[in-house]
Order: sequence, then structure tokens, then C-alpha cells
Amino acid sequence: MKRRSFLRSEAGHGLLMLSPTALYATIVMAAPLVAVFVFSFMTPGYLKVVWTFTLNNYAKVFSSPIYTALLGRSLMTSGVVTAVTVLTAFPIAYFISFYVSPARKSLWLFLITIPFWTSYLIRVFLWKVILGYNGVINSAFLGLGIIHEPMTFLLYNMNSVVITLAHSYAPFAILPIFVALEKIDRSLLEAGQDLGESRFMTFIRVTLPLAMSGVVASVLIVFIPTAGDYVTPTLVGGANGQMIANVIQLQYFKLGDYPMGSAVSITAMAVVTAMALVFVFLNRRFLRGPK
Amino acid sequence: MRGRGFQIYAICYLIFLYAPIALLPIFAFNNSTVISFPLSGFTTQWFSQLWTDTSLLLAVKHSLIVAVSVSILATCFGVFAARATTRYAFPMKQGLMGMIMLPLVLPDIIIAVSLLVVLMQMGASLSILTVILGHTLIATPFTIAILNSAFQSLDKSLEEAAIDLGETPASTFRLIILPLVMPGIISSLLIAFSISLDEYIIAAFLSGTEATLPVYIFAQFRFPNKVPVIMALGTILVCLSIALLTIAEYFRRRGIAKAGGKDTGGFL
Repeated sequence: MKRRSFLRSEAGHGLLMLSPTALYATIVMAAPLVAVFVFSFMTPGYLKVVWTFTLNNYAKVFSSPIYTALLGRSLMTSGVVTAVTVLTAFPIAYFISFYVSPARKSLWLFLITIPFWTSYLIRVFLWKVILGYNGVINSAFLGLGIIHEPMTFLLYNMNSVVITLAHSYAPFAILPIFVALEKIDRSLLEAGQDLGESRFMTFIRVTLPLAMSGVVASVLIVFIPTAGDYVTPTLVGGANGQMIANVIQLQYFKLGDYPMGSAVSITAMAVVTAMALVFVFLNRRFLRGPK
Repeated sequence: MRGRGFQIYAICYLIFLYAPIALLPIFAFNNSTVISFPLSGFTTQWFSQLWTDTSLLLAVKHSLIVAVSVSILATCFGVFAARATTRYAFPMKQGLMGMIMLPLVLPDIIIAVSLLVVLMQMGASLSILTVILGHTLIATPFTIAILNSAFQSLDKSLEEAAIDLGETPASTFRLIILPLVMPGIISSLLIAFSISLDEYIIAAFLSGTEATLPVYIFAQFRFPNKVPVIMALGTILVCLSIALLTIAEYFRRRGIAKAGGKDTGGFL
């Protein structure tokens, strides 16, 4: 009878209601992630796994220059992308929250989210078309006589990867900052100015600290997925813009080496998670709720 | 005027956001296989070529089957989760919700490879069914985000009144709650549909020989003479997703207005 009363309690109802979704996420995501973790300690065999424990895969990840270099470049690239995206996003979020009239805020947010929902592949490909040797920028500048031969530094390097990813993740960066700014009690800002602070100092000492929770959220939501992005480095990265996802894809698809692919995936995830946690820890004083 | 600088910056930013999309129709109607300025003339041949490509039509069919299934499945999972979190307090709530929302930040390639190795190990064959599995997983957090705000603005006393008047919990849900959250459900269906229709990496790993539309498009990128056709296809897709999003946004706002809540902003 005890079990029945649990199912009728509020906690029981809630858990029961959540169970289909939680179960699905467990079976389709959590269990496979555990499997990848286990595989990463197994011996490689073509398109299958030999069930003997080994640390060789990880030894290879850390000793071979390809993996460490690609991992380093991935982290570098997504670090730069995150900085560019969040810094350019902040003024937009600030503008919408503080200068746009309340009735038009939804419209602005809608305008910003539309490009995000239109075909990701085609958007990335268009950057290739825009930045390419015979591309839109080069042909337009040549036509106008601004340059005399096409610029080659635009495409197939880290620049193009950064531009494309910053473009793709813009709404992800804007929305959390906007939400944090919206929550700020406007009378605090008036109080700051009444007490003799300039507008700029009020921003630095009142607005910015209160908006930091949104900034931290947008840093994480841009940094973590971009570190593992596959499409952008493949299409616009060229040989020098390849990232860790490319080598993961290579291990699984071309080489059929599941344990090695798993070891690279686990290492990449662990490093990215560790960096994210360090970042959160450094900003911990902004993340405590209001006292 | 205050904020003039911000306004100019915001407009430049919007231009940056829309520049690639704005180029699509220009080159989709341009009579040249080379994508560059100056333009050479008007044509609709790239659009008419689309209808003769059988592998494209097959990919569209696969994508539609996947996207419709995903939108229904993910919305069902979203309804359960949103109802549970907004209505009940229970142990491990934060942990479980954290796990369910994890696909929002987990790189898609990690989800794709982990599902792939498990499916291969089980000896399952890859098809659009396996794509549906993966897409439902990544679309669910988005549906939860939308449905949460729909369920959050529900007034609990409406339910209590219905129960007091002799309705069962099931009929209360059907007669009272469902009509009130219906706009949220429609908007969630549309968002899950657009996410699935657009997703490439999971589809590339899990579709086997049954390519979806993005997998087909990615394969075409290797052929330079196919570029204008892809531009034409892209133009159609962009118009389609803008239409879908506008409808979704309309229903989301109506839902919030219906439940008497305040609009707090976008989809995320």
C-alpha cells in the first residue's frame, strides 16, 4: 500500500509525468554516452570493438600531434568565436532591452531569431560563396576597382570559420543576455544616477554585474557547441581550419575505428566541460541569486 | 536623441545577420553557374531543374516523414516534461531536467556518434527510423522551452474548479488545460518540425542510404555546377521556414495572451 500512496503523492505524480521524457533521454542519450565512454577503453577492430581493456587509445590521443593540435585549434577557434559573438551581441541585447519600446521588443527578437532557423547548411555555404576567391566580396570589390586581384585571406582559414560561426550562434548569445537585462530593476539605475554616478559608471557598477549571469549563460551556450561543430570547418575551414569534429568523423566513418573515435570524443568533451566549469567558477560571484 | 548610436549598430547587425539569406534569391534567379557579381540575366531554369531531380524528391519525402514524426514525438515528450515541471514538485527535478535539456549544449556530433556506435553494436540497420530517434532527442528541449511558458501561465484554480465540479483529472486535462495550451502545442510542433528539417549531422551519421534533404544538399556542394540549383532550393526552404516561424510565433503570442500572461520574448 505504501507504493500506491507514493504514486498518488505530488512527488509521485510529478515523477510519473516526467518519466516518458526522462526515460527517452536516458535510453537515447545517456546510455549511448556511457557506451562511448566504455568503448574508449577497448581495443580497436575494424567496424567493431574487441572487448579487451586498454589505455592505448588515450595514450595515442595525448601523444600524437594531430589530435592535440586539432583539439587546441578547436578550443582556440571556439574561444575566439565566443568572444566575438558575445561582445557583439551585448550591445544588441542592451539596445532591445533599454531602448526599444516594450510593444516592439518581440518583433526585434523575432527578427533576430529568423536567420537562425533557416537552413544551417545553406547559410554556411553562402558564407563560402560570399568570401570565396570568385565570391561576392571579391567580385564586387574588383568590379568597383577597390582591389586589383582577389583577396585570398577571406576563405579557408580560421577567419572564415570565426565569421561563419559567429553568424550562426548570434541569437544564442543575444537571448540569454537580453533575459538578464530585462530582469534588472530600472529603479536601481535611477538610484545610481541620483547618487551622482555618471551613466557610464552606473553601467559598469550596476548594469554589468547584474547582467553577468546572462553573459555567462551565453558564453557557455556558444562555446560548448561551437567546439564540436562539424559543418562549418568542413565547408569553409579548408586544410588549416579543420577542427576536432572532423577527426571524430574520420575515425568513425572513414577508418571504422570506434574505440579511437570514442577516446577522441570523450577527451574533447572532458576538456570542454572542464573549461566551462572553470569559467563558471571564475564568475561564481555573479551567479548567486539575489540575497 | 538617446540611443542613436545603438540604433545604427543594431541595423548594421541585422544587415550582417540577413546578408547571406538576402543573396539567395539574387543568385537563384541569376542566369549563370558562377556565383559572383555582376549578374548576367534573369532565369527560372534552376527552379525547373529541381522538379526533375528524382533523388532530391526522394530526399524531400524522407525529410518530411522524419520531420512530421519528430514534431509529434518531441511535442508529446515536451508536454509531459513541461506539465511535470510546472505543476509538481518532486525529488531530483533539477537533475532530471538538466539531463533532458542537455542536448541543447551537447555538440550534435557527440549525440550522432554515440547513437551510431550503440546501434551498430546492436546490429540495427540505419534508416530514417534511426534519424527520427536522434532528431526527437535534440528537438525535445526546444519543445519543453516553448511549452513551459504555455503551462506556466495556466491558472491552477481553473483545474481545481473543474475537479470540484465533478470532472475527472483526464477530462479536466482534455476540456480545460489542453485548449488553453493548444497554441503552445502548435508552436512547438512547428519548431520541432523546422529543427528536424534542418538538421544535418545526426542525419548524415544515422540515415544510412535513406538520405534526408540536408544530407542530399551537403552531397551537392561537391559539384560546382550544382550551386545555382542549391540556391533555388535554398530560396524555397527559406521562404518555407519563414512562413512556418511566423505561424509558430503567431500561435505562441496568442497562447500567452489567451492565458493572460506577459510576453517575455523569443523561442529560446
